[in-house]
Amino acid sequence: MVGANTAFDAAVIRRDFPVLAQQIDGKPLVYLDSANTSQKPNIVIDTMAKFMRESYAPINRSAYTLAANATELYESARNSVAKFINANNSREIVFTKNATEALNLIAFSWGRANLQRGDVVLLTHMEHHANIVPWQMLQQERGIELRWVPLTSDFQLDLSSLPTLLIGAKVFSFTSMSNVLGTINPVEKLCSAAHTAGAIAIVDACQSVPHSPTDVQAWGADFAMFSSHKMCGPSGLGVLWGREALLEAMPPFLGGGNMISEVRLDGFKCAELPAKFEAGTPAIAEVVGLGAALEFLNGVGMANIRQHEIAMSSYVLEMLTGRFGDDITIHGPRNPELRGATFSFAFRGIHPHDLSQVLDQSNVCVRAGHHCAKPLMKIIGANATARASFYLYNTTADADALADALDSASDIF
Amino acid sequence: MPGIEDLYREIILDHYRTPRNRGELPPPAVYSEGNNPLCGDDIRIYLDVADGVVRDVKFSGQGCSISQSSTSMMTVAIKGKTVAEVQAFVRRFKHMMTLADNDEPVDEAINLGDIEALQGVVKFPVRIKCATLGWNTLLEALAEAIK
Ligand SMILES: Cc1ncc(COP(=O)(O)O)c(C=O)c1O
Repeated sequence: MVGANTAFDAAVIRRDFPVLAQQIDGKPLVYLDSANTSQKPNIVIDTMAKFMRESYAPINRSAYTLAANATELYESARNSVAKFINANNSREIVFTKNATEALNLIAFSWGRANLQRGDVVLLTHMEHHANIVPWQMLQQERGIELRWVPLTSDFQLDLSSLPTLLIGAKVFSFTSMSNVLGTINPVEKLCSAAHTAGAIAIVDACQSVPHSPTDVQAWGADFAMFSSHKMCGPSGLGVLWGREALLEAMPPFLGGGNMISEVRLDGFKCAELPAKFEAGTPAIAEVVGLGAALEFLNGVGMANIRQHEIAMSSYVLEMLTGRFGDDITIHGPRNPELRGATFSFAFRGIHPHDLSQVLDQSNVCVRAGHHCAKPLMKIIGANATARASFYLYNTTADADALADALDSASDIF
Repeated sequence: MPGIEDLYREIILDHYRTPRNRGELPPPAVYSEGNNPLCGDDIRIYLDVADGVVRDVKFSGQGCSISQSSTSMMTVAIKGKTVAEVQAFVRRFKHMMTLADNDEPVDEAINLGDIEALQGVVKFPVRIKCATLGWNTLLEALAEAIK
């Protein structure tokens, strides 16, 4: 077992995930794609099934008891989310379809209201397309200027030019952890630099919220977003957190039911937060499922998960370089304290697609491709990489299975 | 799970290790660029068409063993064929990859030769895009050449 806390045992946690219990062709499933999307524990599956069997009803719309109870469960999950990231209150928690929609919401609601031609939005070279394309769309619409924080040779953000890049910026939007490199960014420091320059700070927290304790107030951020499906919760659901005053001042994003307090032939009035940003029937069962996922994660302890992943990173880095030496190139920081347990790599010149296909023969699931970060791929000089990402249910045995499967790939090519 | 040997047949690996017709052609040859948005692979097909005949063809770009070998075999097969023959050949190939447009007649008599080895890709549906990337790019280059 790895991990500093003796109460934490990934091999035991793993038993809570039915997908991981299956054998394919007599071999266990080695799921190393959690940076993409995570597997679901029994408590999430069972809570959603029970909710749909016994309690499913519309929320916010009807007086009958079934609907009132469903609304309460839905809102109770919102409270859990607020506590989980230490938001000031649950009005600051908006449920969206996914993190991508949350980023679009910010770009188009806050962005259209606050950004004019020539205004600067600062991004980084390690962003996911979800934190690039909405701003490029706004650039086409508005003529805003996009700037980019470059990388250092050891895969960190190069902060030497940050003050200069921030001059005149209105927005600094960055990832808390790279989904390709595994690099963990100094979020507090970046938020503070943004504010010093008069910009708002937006944190794409997709890759860190599932893996370590989150305190959006300690970060000093203005907006943050993440996806339920990467943190043991169901897909089809994302979370946008924003400072209440900012959300309050923003125009609505999508229009329709639930987001209004009044509609007449000559216009409408918005509902209060957070309903103002939740147009239409939301992902009701999914929100309840996310509540269960948070209960599960809190039970394990986010600090324990972080410790486990630091230990996994140490193991994976040492083991892979020990076994394969120069035959493997890991695109990311060496120091386990500065990274998450997500490893993009090149192996013996084998194309990542071919590699993942061969690994699949051993039930080892890794992602191959550009990881929705094409600009970053260009910068690290790879068209595609293979990526193995570890989570709370992965053990050193999974890492060893990856290495064994890599060996077998060399035999073919 | 289908066996990996269905995918990585020896002839495929041979074209991957030693691609034929890799390179570029200067104008007046035309070229077209294709991407596989799933994986970031890209391929360029250079085509020299004169008097309705493919005089020369080359390809460049990066990709997996399937996209590279499929394109390499394709270039060998189409050189010297007329535009109409190439179009029929592509239809026959796409038919094998289960992608043929039902409205377009496929000439089953066309012999794909070595390219038949790619049939195993059909068992790995996510890889069909890899196998057809070069072919779709060829169709674009062909359209450009006869414009
Ligand atoms: C860093 C980062 N940002 C944004 C996203 C987008 O998340 P989703 O696809 O759930 O909207 C992802 C997920 O891949 C991510 O890793």
